[in-house]
Amino acid sequence: MTLESLWFAIIAVLFIGFFFLEGFDYGVGILVPFLGKTDEERRLLINTIGPFWDANEVWFITAGGAMFAAFPGWYATLFSGFYMALFLLLVALIGRGVAFEFRSKVENKAWRTFWDWVIFGGSLLPPLLWGIALANMMHGVPIDQHKNYVGSFWDLISLYSVMGGVSMTLLFVLHGALFISLRTSGVLQERARAAATAIGAWATALTFLFVVLSYLETDMFTRRGIDPGVVPVLAGLALFSVQFFIRAKRDGWAFFMTGLTIVLSTITVFMDLFPRVMVSSLNPAWSLTIYNTASNPYSLKVMTIVALTVVPFVLLYQGWSYWVFRKRLSSDHPLEY
Amino acid sequence: MPSEVALARWQFGITTVYHFFFVPVTIGLVYLIAIMETLYVVKKDDRYKQMAQFWGKIFLINFAVGVVTGILQEFQFGMNWANYSRFVGDVFGAPLAIESLLAFFLESTFLGVWMFGWDKLSKRMHVASIWLVAIGTTLSAFWILTANAFMQHPVGYTMRDGHAEMSSFGALITNPQLWYEFPHVFLGSLVTGAFVVMGVSAYQLLRKRHIEVFQPSFAIASVVAVAASFLVMVVGHEQAQYLLVSQPMKLAASEALWKTSGSPAPWTLFAIIHASAHKNTWMIQIPYLLSVLSYNRLYGSVPGILELQQQMAAKYGPGNYIPDVVMVFWSFRIMVFAGALMFFASAWGVWRMVRNRLVLSRRYLKWMLWATPLPFIANTMGWIMTEMGRQPWVVYGLQLTRDGVSPTVSAGEVLTTLIAFTVLYGLLAAVDLFLIARVVRQGPVADDHGDEPESLSPVAL
Repeated sequence: MTLESLWFAIIAVLFIGFFFLEGFDYGVGILVPFLGKTDEERRLLINTIGPFWDANEVWFITAGGAMFAAFPGWYATLFSGFYMALFLLLVALIGRGVAFEFRSKVENKAWRTFWDWVIFGGSLLPPLLWGIALANMMHGVPIDQHKNYVGSFWDLISLYSVMGGVSMTLLFVLHGALFISLRTSGVLQERARAAATAIGAWATALTFLFVVLSYLETDMFTRRGIDPGVVPVLAGLALFSVQFFIRAKRDGWAFFMTGLTIVLSTITVFMDLFPRVMVSSLNPAWSLTIYNTASNPYSLKVMTIVALTVVPFVLLYQGWSYWVFRKRLSSDHPLEY
Repeated sequence: MPSEVALARWQFGITTVYHFFFVPVTIGLVYLIAIMETLYVVKKDDRYKQMAQFWGKIFLINFAVGVVTGILQEFQFGMNWANYSRFVGDVFGAPLAIESLLAFFLESTFLGVWMFGWDKLSKRMHVASIWLVAIGTTLSAFWILTANAFMQHPVGYTMRDGHAEMSSFGALITNPQLWYEFPHVFLGSLVTGAFVVMGVSAYQLLRKRHIEVFQPSFAIASVVAVAASFLVMVVGHEQAQYLLVSQPMKLAASEALWKTSGSPAPWTLFAIIHASAHKNTWMIQIPYLLSVLSYNRLYGSVPGILELQQQMAAKYGPGNYIPDVVMVFWSFRIMVFAGALMFFASAWGVWRMVRNRLVLSRRYLKWMLWATPLPFIANTMGWIMTEMGRQPWVVYGLQLTRDGVSPTVSAGEVLTTLIAFTVLYGLLAAVDLFLIARVVRQGPVADDHGDEPESLSPVAL
């Protein structure tokens, strides 16, 4: 395995972690105004992700940093090319980030409702944008021979990419609903299970539709970097199985299955992309690859040593933090957010 | 329509200054809170727990804004400075990635644990969490300053195919520039946190509220303030001296020294600078002082702007290598003046407390309340001085700022995001201050973490 391939894999892992973890953060945020009918309930829902969301978001920051360090050419083209899309993503993340902290600080209905909707919007926009971005990565975007993105913001919006955005969002809402069912009890848990059942049907249908469109719109099924083989099939099966676990009230297994869907889908996308990182729709020879955007071997080696040393600790203490807060929330629990 | 470069620079400047209002408070305050909670665990005195929780509330509101304004920072290099990213990413990207991997994960995870874990963890584990957050914030400062230090004084790289590649990680983290910058910024952050605590404590003490909490808060903060503000000046002095070696043009600009000085060289306290005419009028100068500051001796001349401009044009080709002298000169002086004021203010307080058994005069408390903005002024002026003083370079001696912008982002797009972020950040700052003011007015509560205290009258909105 070359250093470039290794870092492609590491970045894939970072994105997998990010989607798995922030996936349920976004899902919970979207569901707050709908599953929570009273101020108390909404507050409880927000607190289900309270101790975790910030560290979950760091998976994304790290993925971006890793892109910058290992593939500065990719980082530069992607971030400057998708400028306005990133701007919208940032506004959403900024709003959501402060909304968690600010929301319950004032005992005023208008104040709290405002910040609840900021949480909603700030949780809805990112998965939409990420789905659109991933769809575009697979489909290819106008990149010229100088590795510059020469399209506009609107070039990123197509039926295909919007489908990608919507299906990813629905998948995360499902994932979030199941997370809530694990973290709450009583009426909130019942509502979460009901939401999961309803959303699950849509998520499954639209994801399936998106896969069909991918067959038509991209070369992902024909020109495969690494043949993902059964991985996407397993992802589909995992998604399909969720409804049975919900019905059987096996919330843990249901959540595990949505998580598995997210993980395996992300792996599929990265395997299909490899060794390209950004496909050029103008000319395949102009695509960005791990080879033509990478840092030099010395940098990659340094980063590898750091990553392999630090990541196990991160997994350990982040995992531990989930263990500390494993108990379900209840209304007599003091709520920090 | 201003150029894309100008707009991108304004956006970077505004967003970074905003970010750096909140970050030093985060770093400074977290250490103070960690000290307070440690005293609680060791002395088993509930007052310290109240202190840790009260200052913790302010910390959390501030931390949230610091985090969100920081996300843009990581993106902005790629968004607005794509050619810069392509040029130095091989070297510059690594410290940013390490910052995230090492520092952000640590501080975010353990802050979540600290915030939500008062009732779930043993006292020892809980205080350990806040210490880990403190370490995380410090590591974050270290790695981002590794990146900035490279921009000021590139080391550990080779040039290949028109871009920089990392050749020595050891050189990157032993960059002398880093080892002046990092202690200077870190100590400045401690001063900032301390002055916030002193200012808020002064406010409460003037109203004779919760003296048992704010008296010791003030005392702890003032000790940190006097030590840190003194060391900031020591390190700052050495950092400025290093400029003679690493960025002589920045030093000359900070002195508005158009012509190479004689020996001994006087220090200009005040001047009306006529930048286009390359001269100053109405100068108030202190003899010998520039030589003393530059060389720790009573003699020694300092190279001037015009001579350095000639040298740089000869070395790098025709062009204007002179930064904005007015900005660099005045930002430097304001920073130094504010820094010195902070030292004397906190030193006076400590001396009075030692003499008078912790009781402080009302007049001094009022002074300290009004002194709260001083560290914010110093921090901002410091960054303006060092970043504008490095111009026209984005990486000193290697890449000009105007060559670093993203080639495919239009001026219109940058103007849109510039306005949007400026407005958004302004609103955030306003809400941040509003919420902190409420926390201050509510004051500390007996066993308080989470819910709004019922016992206090609600503040009318």
